[in-house]
Amino acid sequence: MDHLRPVSSGTPSDDGVPEPGSPADSPPDLADLLRRAGRADESAFAVLYDATSARVFGLALRVVRDPAQAEEVTQEAFLEIWRTAGRYDPDKGSPFAWILTITHRKAVDRVRSAEAATRRDTTYHQSNQPIDHDTTAEAVQVSLEAHRVRGALQTLTEVQREAIGLAYFGGYTHTEVATMLELPVGTAKTRIRDGLIRLRDALGVGS
Amino acid sequence: MTTPNDIHALVGAYAVDALDDLERVAFERHLAGCDECQDEVTSLREAAGLLAETTSTQPPAALRDRVLADIATVRPLPPEAPTAAPAASAPHRRHGRGARLLAAAAAVVVLGAGATVVWQEPWQDSTSETPSVTDAVLTAADARSTSLDFPGGAKATVTHSDSLGEAVIVTEKMPPPPAGKVYQLWLDQPGEGMVSAGLMPVKADQTVLLKGDAATATGAGITVEPEGGSTSPTTEPIALFDFGDKA
Repeated sequence: MDHLRPVSSGTPSDDGVPEPGSPADSPPDLADLLRRAGRADESAFAVLYDATSARVFGLALRVVRDPAQAEEVTQEAFLEIWRTAGRYDPDKGSPFAWILTITHRKAVDRVRSAEAATRRDTTYHQSNQPIDHDTTAEAVQVSLEAHRVRGALQTLTEVQREAIGLAYFGGYTHTEVATMLELPVGTAKTRIRDGLIRLRDALGVGS
Repeated sequence: MTTPNDIHALVGAYAVDALDDLERVAFERHLAGCDECQDEVTSLREAAGLLAETTSTQPPAALRDRVLADIATVRPLPPEAPTAAPAASAPHRRHGRGARLLAAAAAVVVLGAGATVVWQEPWQDSTSETPSVTDAVLTAADARSTSLDFPGGAKATVTHSDSLGEAVIVTEKMPPPPAGKVYQLWLDQPGEGMVSAGLMPVKADQTVLLKGDAATATGAGITVEPEGGSTSPTTEPIALFDFGDKA
């Protein structure tokens, strides 16, 4: 009660949570790791995995929801990243954007083909894998960057935010998003684009 | 949805994979020639990728071992050949690479599906392999053709002959399938539904003989499938060709 200690200002996440294997002080050069992976350097790929797997797995999990399937999507995505690492072109975006584009595509393919299978065969039963709580209980990691992204999302209109969320995290097509948000057909794609542009500008990325 | 303005407006939805397969094929065709859209896709994907910051989750440790075991068995692809490669050799090389990929993928599917599915052998050039049959179908007295135009200028025509029991698809300006995907051909067989009629080689203009009995089929279709194809369609067809009433 008698000793008040000065605390460093109230941002609890100012050092984020360093990921295992990636030193918090010097993040690995992902573009260089991709270049080396493209030459079949497995140890470089292991470092790349450690630096990116939480984002890849987290995105896959958010889209497909089922942890067992999220692991499969993650595995597929990294295999694709390994296979095509030599074709990564820095002019076409950052390594993270490239890696997450591959991941997102795989995750969306997964949910859409599952949906098509359900439609095709009404007796189709999804084999409900028991959810392994040990592997899923990991809390979503807090980072400064996540905080910044959440802040940027607040600059979007509600419709923009919802449309992007349904498209990116829900894996829905813009036509489905329009129906879900009761927007006129053709409007959702505009909201998604407007919203992404605003998000891009708020975060100061891309062009 | 075919005017350039409309196509351009799909750029945001494309960046977050919110197009259906048909729209995606059309947009990628547009994208190949539109620098402005390419830049926008790049920048919007940067923004979209940052959304994954909000869902970052450590995967189970065992996954790392599986991934690293996986990659040890797979050879990375060489970098893309420079686009300035001599015109004479570039198409050949590109075809060769596509054919290898398809061959590997098809082999996997055959192993998985058993020997009952007849797969086109993609390592052989079907156009030179079966010129007489395709010509016979195209010139048959009872040949009937159905054409479909895709947004973006691509065209596909299916010609079938009941007397020959064969069908041939002729495509023009077909955009390549999305990355990691193939176009798969199907014959709609009464009582069986869509039965695989083979995979289409990745070439814009081609003539391909469909596997299966076209005389009993009531129609043909094209779907976009994962590399190696599927044993039954997993996506909505991008094109359907009705063979009309059977005699």
